[in-house]
Amino acid sequence: MIEHLDSALVDWSRAQFALTAMYHWLFVPLTLGITFIIAFMETLYVKTGDPEWKKATKFWMTLFGINFAIGVATGIILEFEFGTNWSNYSWFVGDIFGAPLAIEGIMAFFMESTFIAVMFFGWNKVSKKFHLLSTWLVAIGSNLSALWILVANGWMQFPTGMHFNPETARNEMLNFWDVFLSPVAINKFLHTITSAYVLSAVFVIGVSAWFLLKGREQLLAKRSIIIAGIFGILSSLFLVYTGDGSAYEVAQKQPMKLAAMEGLYEGSEGAGLIVVGMPTPGKEYDDDKDDYVFKFEIPKLLSFLGYGSVDAFVPGVKDLIEGGYEYTDEDGNLQTAISTQEKIEMGKLAIAALSSYKKAKEAGNAEEETVNLKIFRENFKYFGYGFLNDPKSVIPNVPLTFYSFHIMVGLGFYFIALFAAVLILIYRGQLTEKRWLLKLSILTIPLAYIASMSGWIVAEVGRQPWTIQDLLPTVAAVSQIDASAVQITFWLFLAIFTALLIAELKIMIKQIKIGPKEGGH
Amino acid sequence: MFENLSHLALQQYWWIIISLLGAILVFLLFVQGGQTLIYSLGKTDMERRLLVNSLGRKWEFTFTTLVTFGGAFFASFPLFYSTSFGGAYWVWMLILFAFIIQAISYEYRSKPDNFLGAKTYEVFLFINGALGTILLGTAVATFFTGSEFSLNEMNFSKWEGAARGLELALNFHNLSLGFAVFFLARVLGILYFMNNVEEEKIFERAKKQLLFNAIAFVVFFLTFVIWLLFIDGFAYNPDTKEVFYESHKYLHNFLQMPLVLILFLIGVILVLFGIGKSIFKTTSNGIWFAGLGTILTVFALFLVAGFNNTAFYPSTFDLQSSLTIENASSSKYTLTAMSYVSLMVPFVIAYIWYAWKSINNKKINADEMGEDIHVY
Ligand code: HDD
Ligand code: HEM
Ligand code: HEM
Repeated sequence: MIEHLDSALVDWSRAQFALTAMYHWLFVPLTLGITFIIAFMETLYVKTGDPEWKKATKFWMTLFGINFAIGVATGIILEFEFGTNWSNYSWFVGDIFGAPLAIEGIMAFFMESTFIAVMFFGWNKVSKKFHLLSTWLVAIGSNLSALWILVANGWMQFPTGMHFNPETARNEMLNFWDVFLSPVAINKFLHTITSAYVLSAVFVIGVSAWFLLKGREQLLAKRSIIIAGIFGILSSLFLVYTGDGSAYEVAQKQPMKLAAMEGLYEGSEGAGLIVVGMPTPGKEYDDDKDDYVFKFEIPKLLSFLGYGSVDAFVPGVKDLIEGGYEYTDEDGNLQTAISTQEKIEMGKLAIAALSSYKKAKEAGNAEEETVNLKIFRENFKYFGYGFLNDPKSVIPNVPLTFYSFHIMVGLGFYFIALFAAVLILIYRGQLTEKRWLLKLSILTIPLAYIASMSGWIVAEVGRQPWTIQDLLPTVAAVSQIDASAVQITFWLFLAIFTALLIAELKIMIKQIKIGPKEGGH
Repeated sequence: MFENLSHLALQQYWWIIISLLGAILVFLLFVQGGQTLIYSLGKTDMERRLLVNSLGRKWEFTFTTLVTFGGAFFASFPLFYSTSFGGAYWVWMLILFAFIIQAISYEYRSKPDNFLGAKTYEVFLFINGALGTILLGTAVATFFTGSEFSLNEMNFSKWEGAARGLELALNFHNLSLGFAVFFLARVLGILYFMNNVEEEKIFERAKKQLLFNAIAFVVFFLTFVIWLLFIDGFAYNPDTKEVFYESHKYLHNFLQMPLVLILFLIGVILVLFGIGKSIFKTTSNGIWFAGLGTILTVFALFLVAGFNNTAFYPSTFDLQSSLTIENASSSKYTLTAMSYVSLMVPFVIAYIWYAWKSINNKKINADEMGEDIHVY
């Protein structure tokens, strides 16, 4: 079925996807959030007529434009990479996955690009009101583009609303609303856009802090800090809430990812949540090293957050591989978990039955057809496991997932403290004196990027080896091309994107140094 | 309402949408064509600046149309998406590279401290204009010339040529369409400048350039079309779905679908009329005729490739692996759902139109470059 499994090919394809996705994600969050901050400012300008607000609007808009261009440049490659590098995947789930991508183009990207033109070139050509409306539509449009791609990604983590059609050998959509409104997708969307708002707020505060340190643009900087501070603190509270929602969904739908996030090899009842800790380096799931070198945990919190009860059993990596523990399924029945080895066998049965079914159908053997179809249906749930051979291959990279998760969460709480401190001090009129806090605000900008990137690492590395959870592992999803071709394009992308990133940073820093132009230009 | 349509009717509906998007995309390639002319039409810094800014307000639409074209193709004919992109890897990768470097060039070209220097960004724009158009044309030509791939029982594709699609660019007929698209884009770019830029000298130079580019376009285009009418095409039997060679297939398609033939002819005449009018008279509205003509012509060509029981993505390696609108499409459910989404398209076009009009009510000129707006 899959002729040869070239592991170099899979690795390079994954590396390439990771590289391009991460580059794209370097620019997307600022777009998602700063457009709202700009829209707030312009609204104040239109309401008050104060040219200082216009000046602020235009200043942040210039920075937005620089960031936006490279966001677009890195986005186009991702869209087509599904076809070029994951072509088997594109057929296997294209019936479901293609739809959100197309809707994104029709609904969101056109909205964004049309009204961006008005936003940048329309100042002296359209009415104030129409210009303001355009700015808001840019913000809404960019967030809509996040919506559809995240629905698609959420579906890959938790496939729903579809069935497998043996005639066409692919998954087909049964219910659009199940795909669109899946709890995983909703949480993912809300968590991701709020993380972007937080990042943008940190960015605006950091840049403004630099002006304050230099004693320049006092009014603009203070006003920007107030807007961004309020936006940031509200968003970050919501971020914790949606992050908790995400973790709950992970516990339900991707228990292996949860185990990796917490570095949990041995499951337990009343499991605690690790606040800081260090997973034992080089640990295998079946050796008897301790899970952690050291840990500091809040007792029973993990059971509570993941399963809503302080005494619930949280399976660790070992339990998930070996099976044998009890859990309650979606219908509320008590079940005993089967081992990964058994799942692999069921997957292989499903794949073989599908093949026999097709042959029987061609030969016109109706009886064989029904028998095989039945076997196929009974085992389809673990179809993807049939492409694997070693139970250990379902374990993601535990340390990477663990650290990324804890870095993200830790920084999330730190940002709340920072927003609160900045807001309180600016309210009391003491912010400019606290130079250490201004410096800290600047240093926080890269931390926001780190937190955001870590989030995606948790989500994507934690679900390995699955492209589609339980249905399609990466080895089966990849296009049959020469590993060398992927390798060459990998280096090409690295070179181009890095050059563009350097250009972006230099231009951005230069524009910040130039500062807002008088007369709001 | 879409629920009541048959699967085949939905497939045809979506092929029409894809064709329309493809046609609009080719028209919008005037941005790419224009990018290859910045140096031949702009002799001073200010002139080049005008040209870049004139294109800079439109490039996003071409780009977004390309992205949407890809997304819509994925959603409606996923087997094409997986087979062609995963197979003709290098051609598509090169096209993507050409578009990546375009996307930042406008914004970064004239900004201080831009690392690579204004020249580099102008070269990027040129590469995008030349490579992007030629390769897109080449890739579309394979709808008629076929490629070497096969599909297995899981519909996973395998490409036979070791050059992963680059071999397609060596085929004379593919290239003739590629160059036809390239010169058409330049012609449209010239007509667009004549319409959009208020600068005597640029207008004169554009007019001079027009004749040569128009001749080149007509030669390449006729080469492709005449050849197309005489070759064996890829037909399939609507009952057994078996694919076979039919002599003069595409000629038959034109004759058996007279409406398509009429659209095609009107399109070609409009393009020629728009060009001719601009060469022989002092007019700036040639772009509208040539633009509409381009849309009709390309639309008709796509319909000829996919309708009337024709395999739109043929495999010369294994005839039965060829893709048709019937075997490559999404499920009935997905096509129905997407059809509801497609109802938004007129609305999208309406607001684009409105927004364009409101910021484009006069030509771009040198005074504007000094004003209080965003300039590239
Ligand atoms: C500024 C960035 C940022 C911050 C401060 C946080 N997150 Fe986050 N997180 C993201 C940025 C992010 C993200 C980049 O947006 C991710 C990646 C994928 C996704 O859906 O959102 C993500 C994913 C993500 C996931 C994985 C979801 C999945 O796999 O589907 C969980 C469980 C959390 N987050 C939980 C949290 C919690 C409990 C936080 C508490 C403060 C938190 N995040 C703060
Ligand atoms: C692998 C998945 C993704 C694909 C295929 C993809 C595709 C694209 C494409 C093609 C563009 C350029 C659109 C244009 O023509 O303007 C783009 C831009 C954009 N994308 Fe993505 N994208 C992906 C992931 C994401 C994610 C996860 C988000 C947000 C949560 C996002 C949000 C945006 C936004 C806001 C833009 C506007 C430009 C900018 O980045 O500043 N994308 N994307
Ligand atoms: C934009 C932020 C994202 C980042 C930083 C990111 C990161 C990654 C990383 C690091 C990998 C490789 C994991 C590994 O092999 O260990 C990966 C794989 C992948 N991701 Fe994401 N991802 C992002 C968004 C998305 C989105 C939005 C989608 C889907 C719409 C997506 C789909 C995939 C696919 C198809 C693969 C390849 C198959 C696989 O390895 O599972 N990613 N991503």
